[in-house]
Amino acid sequence: MPEAMETQMTAGTPLLSDTSAVKVAARDVNVFYGEKHAIKGVNLDIKQNEVTAFIGPSGCGKSTFLRSINRMNDTIDICRVTGSIALDGGNVYDRSIDVVQLRARVGMVFQKPNPFPKSIYENVAYGPRIHGLCRHKDELDEVVMGSLERAGLLNEVKDRLDQPGTGLSGGQQQRLCIARAIAVNPEVILMDEPCSALDPIATAKIEELIDELRENFTIVIVTHSMQQAARVSQRTAFFHLGTLIECSDTEQVFTNPIHKLTQGYITGRFG
Amino acid sequence: MQVLILFLVLAVLTVIGFRLGRSRSVKLVGGDVARLHSLPGYYGFYVALWCGIPALLLVLAWVSLEGPVLTRLILSAVSPELLLDPNGGPISQAHLNLLVNDLRNIASGTVASTANPLVQAAGLQLASYREISFGAMTVVALALALGGAGLALRWVHADFRARNSVEKVIKTFMVLCSLMAILTTVGIILSLLFESYRFFARVPMTEFLFGLQWSPQMAMRADQVGSSGAFGAVPLFAGTLLISLIAMIVAVPVGLLAAIYMAEYAPRKVRSIVKPLLEILAGIPTVVYGFFAALTVAPFFRDSGQLFGLNISSESALAAGVVMGIMIIPYVSSITDDVVTAVPNAMREGSYGLGATKSETIRRVVFPAALPGIVGGVLLAVSRAIGETMIVVMAAGLSANLTANPFEAVTTVTVQVVTLLVGDQEFDSPKTLAAFALGLVLFVVTLALNIVALHVVRKYREQYE
Repeated sequence: MPEAMETQMTAGTPLLSDTSAVKVAARDVNVFYGEKHAIKGVNLDIKQNEVTAFIGPSGCGKSTFLRSINRMNDTIDICRVTGSIALDGGNVYDRSIDVVQLRARVGMVFQKPNPFPKSIYENVAYGPRIHGLCRHKDELDEVVMGSLERAGLLNEVKDRLDQPGTGLSGGQQQRLCIARAIAVNPEVILMDEPCSALDPIATAKIEELIDELRENFTIVIVTHSMQQAARVSQRTAFFHLGTLIECSDTEQVFTNPIHKLTQGYITGRFG
Repeated sequence: MQVLILFLVLAVLTVIGFRLGRSRSVKLVGGDVARLHSLPGYYGFYVALWCGIPALLLVLAWVSLEGPVLTRLILSAVSPELLLDPNGGPISQAHLNLLVNDLRNIASGTVASTANPLVQAAGLQLASYREISFGAMTVVALALALGGAGLALRWVHADFRARNSVEKVIKTFMVLCSLMAILTTVGIILSLLFESYRFFARVPMTEFLFGLQWSPQMAMRADQVGSSGAFGAVPLFAGTLLISLIAMIVAVPVGLLAAIYMAEYAPRKVRSIVKPLLEILAGIPTVVYGFFAALTVAPFFRDSGQLFGLNISSESALAAGVVMGIMIIPYVSSITDDVVTAVPNAMREGSYGLGATKSETIRRVVFPAALPGIVGGVLLAVSRAIGETMIVVMAAGLSANLTANPFEAVTTVTVQVVTLLVGDQEFDSPKTLAAFALGLVLFVVTLALNIVALHVVRKYREQYE
């Protein structure tokens, strides 16, 4: 059975024994960019209301795998995905799945803060508006304020909601993007190196925020910083050259890695 | 011809200077080129520049000043009776010019002889003056070239900064080139201003800008009828605006949607075929659009108008405007395409990541982000439409109707400028001068549009860079 074989390749506990806590279940996922085999047979469970960190050297496919969870790879013409990624048991690559609804359930925060060239208020209201979540202006106000509050940004921007979001500092912009994502009330939030463009103080704020958001959302974060993975995540998955090498509880991965490659990477011998 | 040979000699000297400078610099350091401040070639260029440029400047100055100086000389030398008219007074300016022309022709040998032996003698004398002048110029130029090269050669040392000097000269040359373009523009503007001033001295500016009657025929004789000349340009402005408006109504939506399709929806293959095709439209000579408008589109509109019981003139503003709109589509679409593709992909991803569809993303994120650039592009297209000439000359009418009805014939500013100046015209009647006034108005309007448009486009660029 090929599936079992692939599973054995990954060290640690990529699959959870408690299936009721699984939010996202990836089985035998392969991603191709044209001829290039970018992700090779990944099997992985992502647990509900936890932070799962993807680590690995540049070009190892962690971002590609992250983007295949909400089908952001669909926007790239030459990209092809095989296997299944189940969100609450339903395969997101199933033909019946509407990608628009999928992305409303699986939000995303990008590497570089990318607020729209609109006001702060409009940035957050964008998602609720396109999904028709709010019937009245009051309701929308409530969602916008609530999202900014949960993103820890409300106090800094409440007097200038009508000013452009692009005028905020980098860290504030990234929190605005997080507010924008949670305004749609997703179940999963994918974060693709959300702090790589930020200074240490802004990074600390985002990490704190991630820890709070875990209560209500399932979070998957790609990071280049192993300290960050250790600080914010409960489970860590290590990718190398498109293969999921090891996945376990974060503590386990950082204190007692099983695979030689994992060990080499977290001790800084390569990567 | 002789001057050409002189230039050739100077060029040869310059090349020799280059060689000498180069080899001297290498010899100075005994072949160890690394000890030189600059590469040997720069020393060569340095000597060559000193050899060529002063001599060249001298020749140019000499040639341009030679004519007037020699003319003055010869006029002071000719027998005074040539300069007197039959009544004994000094001859008029026109006759003087005629005489000078005769002398020049004789001197160049283009006219073998004239009836007047005095003129003949003076012409031959002018020829000898010319020979002397050329000989002197040759001697001085060669001396300058050799002297400059010799001096420069003496200045060449191992730590002489030849590269810096050469680069300075090249930079100066580039500044001169850019000045040339600017000065030409300034010259055109000044001539427009002066001629317009002459026009406004005869026709009051208020009448020109606000008058409703345009019929620029002037009476040649006092007793002529019906040619009083009226210079109220409002019908022309209105006609220009009407045709431009029709053009924009065609070009803006088509261009915009085509660009958005190509930038956002089209598969790469389609884009690589359609985009160059659309840009070919921009390469079609406007004269071709012109007869397309006059021979195909206008009759088509007239005939289809008849089907619906509409009376459409065969020189309707509609035909000219529609064809002009087609011509402008590539301008709108290529600028729109540029600004739409310049919207960072992160914006689109951010929107997709929130579950927006493609059309929502384009309408709510990409388009607003690109809007300033699009507005700039449209303004540039408008100024292009207002200044367009060939299509309207061929397809729009000549009669200055003040109407907003696109089915009637109207005329435009550019058409009138053409008709005012075509053929044999006196250059001091208000009729021809009116063309300059119209040109000035056109220039001011398009300049203002271009400035606003470029400002808008630049502001948009700053946002993302």
